[in-house]
Amino acid sequence: MLISPPAAVEYIRFLPEIILSIFGTLLMVLNPLIRKHGSSIFGNISILGLVAALLGAIYADGQVGQAFSRMIVNDDFANFFRVLVIAIGIVIVLGSYEFLSRERADTGEFHSLILFSVAGQCIMVSSNDLILIFIGLEISSIATYILAGYLRDDRRANEAAIKYFLLGSFATAFFLYGISLIYGTTGSTNLTDIHVFLSSPSRPLLLVGVSAALMLVGLTFKVSGAPFQVWAPDVYQGAPSPVSAFLSAGPKAAAFAVFLRIFLTAFPSISHQWWPVIWISALLSMTIGNFAALTQSNIKRMLAYSSIAHAGYVLVAITAHSDIGAAAAMFYLAAYACMNVGAFIVVSHIAGKGEKHVGISDFKGLGVRQPITAALLTIFLLSLVGVPLTGGFFGKFYIFQAALQSNMIWLTVLGLLNSAVAAYYYLRIIGAMYMQEAVASTPVPQPLPRSTRFALLLPALGTIILGVFPSAVLDFAIKSANFLK
Amino acid sequence: MPYLWLIPALPLCGFLINGLFGRKLPKMVVSTVAIGASMLSFLWVLYTLKVLQPLDTPHVERYFTWIQSGEFRVGADFAVDRLTAIMLMVITGVGTLIHIYSAGYMDHDSGFARYFAYLNLFMFFMLTLVLASNFLLLFVGWEGVGLASYLLIGFWFDRKSATNAGNKAFIVNRIGDFGFSLAIFLIVVTFGSLDFGTVFEAAAGKQQGVLTAIALLLLVGACGKSAQLPLYVWLPDAMEGPTPVSALIHAATMVTAGVYMIARASVIFVHSGTALDVVAIVGVLTAAFAAIIGLAQNDIKKVFAYSTVSQLGYMFLGLGSGAFSAGVFHLVTHAFFKATLFLGAGSVIHACAGEQDMRKLGGLRSKTPITFWCLVVAGLAISGIPPFSGFYSKDEILLAALHHAPWMYVVGLLTALLTAFYVFRAIILTFFGTYKGEGHPHEAPLSMTLPLIVLAFLSFAGGFLFDVPRYLSQFFPVSDASGQNALLQIVAASVGAIGILLAVAFYLVRPGIPEALARNLGGTYTLVYNKFFVDEIYDAAIVQPTLVGSRTVLLKGVDRGLLDGIVSGTGETVRGAGEVFRQIQSGNIRSYATWVVLGSVFVLILVGIGVLAASGVVIR
Repeated sequence: MLISPPAAVEYIRFLPEIILSIFGTLLMVLNPLIRKHGSSIFGNISILGLVAALLGAIYADGQVGQAFSRMIVNDDFANFFRVLVIAIGIVIVLGSYEFLSRERADTGEFHSLILFSVAGQCIMVSSNDLILIFIGLEISSIATYILAGYLRDDRRANEAAIKYFLLGSFATAFFLYGISLIYGTTGSTNLTDIHVFLSSPSRPLLLVGVSAALMLVGLTFKVSGAPFQVWAPDVYQGAPSPVSAFLSAGPKAAAFAVFLRIFLTAFPSISHQWWPVIWISALLSMTIGNFAALTQSNIKRMLAYSSIAHAGYVLVAITAHSDIGAAAAMFYLAAYACMNVGAFIVVSHIAGKGEKHVGISDFKGLGVRQPITAALLTIFLLSLVGVPLTGGFFGKFYIFQAALQSNMIWLTVLGLLNSAVAAYYYLRIIGAMYMQEAVASTPVPQPLPRSTRFALLLPALGTIILGVFPSAVLDFAIKSANFLK
Repeated sequence: MPYLWLIPALPLCGFLINGLFGRKLPKMVVSTVAIGASMLSFLWVLYTLKVLQPLDTPHVERYFTWIQSGEFRVGADFAVDRLTAIMLMVITGVGTLIHIYSAGYMDHDSGFARYFAYLNLFMFFMLTLVLASNFLLLFVGWEGVGLASYLLIGFWFDRKSATNAGNKAFIVNRIGDFGFSLAIFLIVVTFGSLDFGTVFEAAAGKQQGVLTAIALLLLVGACGKSAQLPLYVWLPDAMEGPTPVSALIHAATMVTAGVYMIARASVIFVHSGTALDVVAIVGVLTAAFAAIIGLAQNDIKKVFAYSTVSQLGYMFLGLGSGAFSAGVFHLVTHAFFKATLFLGAGSVIHACAGEQDMRKLGGLRSKTPITFWCLVVAGLAISGIPPFSGFYSKDEILLAALHHAPWMYVVGLLTALLTAFYVFRAIILTFFGTYKGEGHPHEAPLSMTLPLIVLAFLSFAGGFLFDVPRYLSQFFPVSDASGQNALLQIVAASVGAIGILLAVAFYLVRPGIPEALARNLGGTYTLVYNKFFVDEIYDAAIVQPTLVGSRTVLLKGVDRGLLDGIVSGTGETVRGAGEVFRQIQSGNIRSYATWVVLGSVFVLILVGIGVLAASGVVIR
């Protein structure tokens, strides 16, 4: 096969990834040159790179099309997720200033890892080829394995990193095995080609089914859906809070994007084989996540279970395997990113040096001590509950509407019941903040630094905007879900 | 253009001002902002209704499209029709009075600004609820008032019981909301719209089964918010909140949202038929059940709380009997007399340094005469003595119940007897005899007595001043039993009078009787005194199994985390990485990996089944 050199426009279609890689490398090079502790120069460069990449993604959206021998597909869907994961990156970097200076761990390494991980996620969401998806997945994952254990002297972080690494690699192997089987069967790793091949009635159903199942295993692991959720509570609890925030949002959103793209682009013709599996996985995720969260007293672990439950809601949307379902999943991921990242950053702020204060009782009296922090956390929690006028409400609304339209009546009923139960554990935090007084053992929170304030205001704004004016984002999601085919 | 959005926007401004800057503002400014917001909203309602007269058709204002996907559109639309007009008047009118009362009642409280911020927030959501012209926006208000109620129940957080009560209210209401949200989805699927106008117009053409399902799910929501069987348990506990809150939210307005919602969706209920019967049954049983419990309570606020549950049951009975306007009429008169009763109780509590136990009160008649007379007026109203307001609305409901099902009429009548009895029991225990508490009780300041007097007047005259049934006569699909029946009126009035006389005989003339009665009844009395142990049963049957189940099955079975054990020892020493590896190799990682393998096998089997089935059969 003759490959012609890429045209200029193809680079534009790959612009965000290019920018992120350049800035990531730059930070690594600068790291040994700047040895001043406590400076925020790395963070600032990182923000600069992310903002540039964000603009790059918006610019690339004007140049819709494929690139690099059809490996990259630069469509609305890709750019929706690019913007989402880059925005998550910006908020995480903003929210980690406080953590990094508190732990005296401010290095370029942290930021370059974040940038590489975001770059990997961008590749995942914009590639149209299983091999490139795999490469993006690995770039993103390896960076996050290191990030989870970023505090080298913290045993919890070490354990989290090693668990995440071992189990993550294990799951990736499943995914890779699935890819190789599908390549053996269809002779291609290109999603469009696979789709064409599978549309013919003479397809070898068993082989294709098995390879789809193997990919499902790998992706369900990455989105922490049941029954592959076991790693998430340990990792989220052990990793530093800003990293947990990142893990629970960015890689998850990208993995869901891949989920949607593979199963709606390549495998729609065999949907009867895979949707019952996701149906069960969705129900298990919601139930395990919500009920296990009920009795947690460590807030990071509680949020970990909560994020398993929320993965379950998104899986409900995928189960619907319709355009509306895909759009609902996209909307929900945006809303979820806002509220979950916000909540984790508040946790990071309250946890203090060494993250000693991560119990729910450590939030007692926060409503009086730091009314703004408490109010912002309340917004995130209410959105996680799914109270109207927040993004979380509309997210759930669209998801269950999509599920009903695909006749998933029982899944809708059980899902709504789950979300009724879920209110209980989020409410415990709100109750602690507003209805309990701080006692002597309650830590006195540090004043909210400006960077953290920004890192909280942005997702809070996002949560409210998605709750009051959801139309703009939803319209874009519906438009790009159409594109997927 | 009467700018309906101004009505909820004014309290929202009050909330934002007091919520953001309230702590730095003097109390005078805080209360002026809060009361002013509520009062301006009331005036704007008056102006709006005057401009829009006679309001034969709804006045709709469309602001922007909220959701649009294909044919399905939900707008941020407000609408006023006659039903909403009544609700607006009650909410802003009674609301303003209670705001004024609160300024006196909460004067010494350190959370003054927070209190008024929450109260205005409540007004905002409640007004949104009744102005909404589609189910989704109604749901926004519905959840919002729940949130405000939660915050206000737990307002005095130095009491542990207050926090628990707030949580309980929220959780129980989540069950109701679960039903409501299912109803909303079912409406979307059935009608392709959530707009009241579209849905109700199309209702006649739909299958009865679907309509019944929708109506019953709506009823689940209404049972949660309006504290009906079996979801009433949160309301008595909600009395932990400040008393004006009990008056406004947990008596006059929020708890009537369920009544409003059923009245709003009356078309669906009428077309279902079955659902309407269920409403009536739920209502009549709740009315009687709560009235019985009310007999044996010693906390003055608890008595009135059970009375609220019981009266809400009465409203449901009215709705379920097809007499929607009677149910709404009772909603209005109840708002007057129950607000009076609660504000009166608040005045007593204020006078006696927070004492709520009637056994420790007594003899307050001469010390707080205004409160006493206002409570007597409200007591006569709730007992249904003519010409007090409660007489008119209760009479309409009983008439409808008689036409609907005679046994309901009988139970309703007995409930009326019990109601009159326990309300006057409370009044006699509090105001007659000798004062058994400490300190020197004194009458409340003018800011509290004035709203009390106005509400007492409305409790007296509200029945004949506002002829709600006539105003709504064209509004509801059916109203079979109308007109008056002199004989029934006499029966109803005399039943109330008998109840009052019995209370006088038991507690004033022969104070020994109740004790002897309680002793003779023994087990029955204990059962009633302990509210039929419903809370305990719920706890043992639902709450504990859930928690224990989550703990044992999920945390021991699924969550094998070793981390919790390690976390407790962090910060002390940092051991080598080898230690970490050893821990992990000791099984945790392997058991996780086993999970992954088992899960994969599970997925493969499922897909395999799917593949085999695909040879011909399509599963869905």
